[in-house]
Amino acid sequence: MASVRSAVSVKITPPVSVPTSREAQAPLVMRMTVAKVNFYYGPKQVLFDINLNVATNKVTSLIGPSGCGKSTLLRTLNRMHETVRSSRLEGEILIDNQNILAQDVTALRRRVGMVFQRPNPFPKSIFDNVAYGLRINGVKGSIHDAVEKSLRHAALWDEVKDQLHKSAYELSGGQQQRLCIARALAVEPEVLLLDEPCSALDPISTAKIEELLVQLKDLCTIVIVTHNMQQAARVSDFTAFLLMGQLIEFSPTPQLFTTPTDARTEAYITGRFG
Amino acid sequence: MLTMTGLCALVAVAVLFFILGYLVYHGGTSISWNFFTKLPAPVGETGGGMANAIVGSAKLLLLACLLGVPIGFFGAIYLAEFSGGTIAFVVRYAADLLNGVPSIVIGIFAYSLVVLPFKHFSTLAGGFALGLMMIPITLRSTEEFLRAVPRALREGAMALGASQWKTIASVVVPAAYRGILTAILLAFARVAGETAPLLFTAFGNRFWSPGWDQPTASLPVMIFTYAIAPYDDWHRQAWAAGLVLLGLILIINIIARVILSRGVAVPRT
Repeated sequence: MASVRSAVSVKITPPVSVPTSREAQAPLVMRMTVAKVNFYYGPKQVLFDINLNVATNKVTSLIGPSGCGKSTLLRTLNRMHETVRSSRLEGEILIDNQNILAQDVTALRRRVGMVFQRPNPFPKSIFDNVAYGLRINGVKGSIHDAVEKSLRHAALWDEVKDQLHKSAYELSGGQQQRLCIARALAVEPEVLLLDEPCSALDPISTAKIEELLVQLKDLCTIVIVTHNMQQAARVSDFTAFLLMGQLIEFSPTPQLFTTPTDARTEAYITGRFG
Repeated sequence: MLTMTGLCALVAVAVLFFILGYLVYHGGTSISWNFFTKLPAPVGETGGGMANAIVGSAKLLLLACLLGVPIGFFGAIYLAEFSGGTIAFVVRYAADLLNGVPSIVIGIFAYSLVVLPFKHFSTLAGGFALGLMMIPITLRSTEEFLRAVPRALREGAMALGASQWKTIASVVVPAAYRGILTAILLAFARVAGETAPLLFTAFGNRFWSPGWDQPTASLPVMIFTYAIAPYDDWHRQAWAAGLVLLGLILIINIIARVILSRGVAVPRT
């Protein structure tokens, strides 16, 4: 972690769509800003004019029915959408007020980490999985300490400290997902993106990860996609509701779930569709 | 219907065991220490061995691997990871056609490309011919194993900031290495028994081959020459050589199976 990371976070006067939390008296600091984003897969448009602000050290959740574009939106935040050849993005996405599309993608993904829907540990040992990001980024210093720190942050250290050199596939699904979180945390990202991280897990593993997310807020900014509304309500500070590629409503989580302003949001959260 | 299908399955298995038994019956008696260590006996004398052919085959197969494995492997990486659409289709189709080219034609090709310019038969020419045959087999099966690596693993690496090359080298290939190794071994076993491409490239030699640019004996060609010769002792030795060759291929196959079945497989999602 020798590199000096910009500690500058830009304060933005929140536009109308930005929620102003009643609890948080201090002005919110925005880590990422999505401005007028339109997104296409080939000729098909999947995101329409999205504006979204991601507050620093908060959990922002994206909810909506399947196919609403919430995962696509998440993947644009660290440019993972570029792995699909036919994709095209219009608009601006800023991190600390700098356009991510103009940055080196490798450096960007180190700042904006990602955890996927299914646990995807590499076919390596537990240790090597966590150390992977450090090694490819040529991090100097004690890799062992960094690995231990990341595993502790992911609440996995006590379970695996005696078997660091076993294959990651010997862990349970929930442990594998926490390992993936540890792997992402190892490079000390400023933002952590999670794409339905609990959808393949049992309720107990899910509870552990949710608990973890709340703790991780102090460490980094979190954006989570979930189709589980209770999960969004439990873990997030802000919730964005997407429908058919459009951002319908974006408010502080309690407000969105108790007094939604849009009829479609209300219909969705009361379970009338989705 | 069950009886008929079962019978067909039985015949398929029986052929292998029949060949194996026949080889052991005819060639088993000629396999001795001498067979592996002595040169062929002069015409008219009994005894002698095929040491030069065994070493010759090893040299030819080494050359074949040096040519076929890197080209097949890196070509497969291109196909599986970088190409899309037309180019991939053309390369794949060409590889499949090359795989179907009769081995004797590969032999003629190597003859005109290597033997004619050098003006004599050589180990190099034989290895070149066998190497050409290894390319499409290695390429296509390596590609299959690379493609079987889940996309989620690639994304996991790229999300950590790995470039595409780094992802391939540090995640994709390690995840597929067992399969790739198996593919290479099977391609090796496939060309180990090839005779036709060697007939007019490596030719044959009743003595130690003096160098890489000189003709060399090889087990398959030795079998061919000894089998059509009019001496009973040579026939027995041809059977023995066949047994050694089959044994070698069988061992390689078993090793390939073991490699493929060991360790934890990458889950396919």
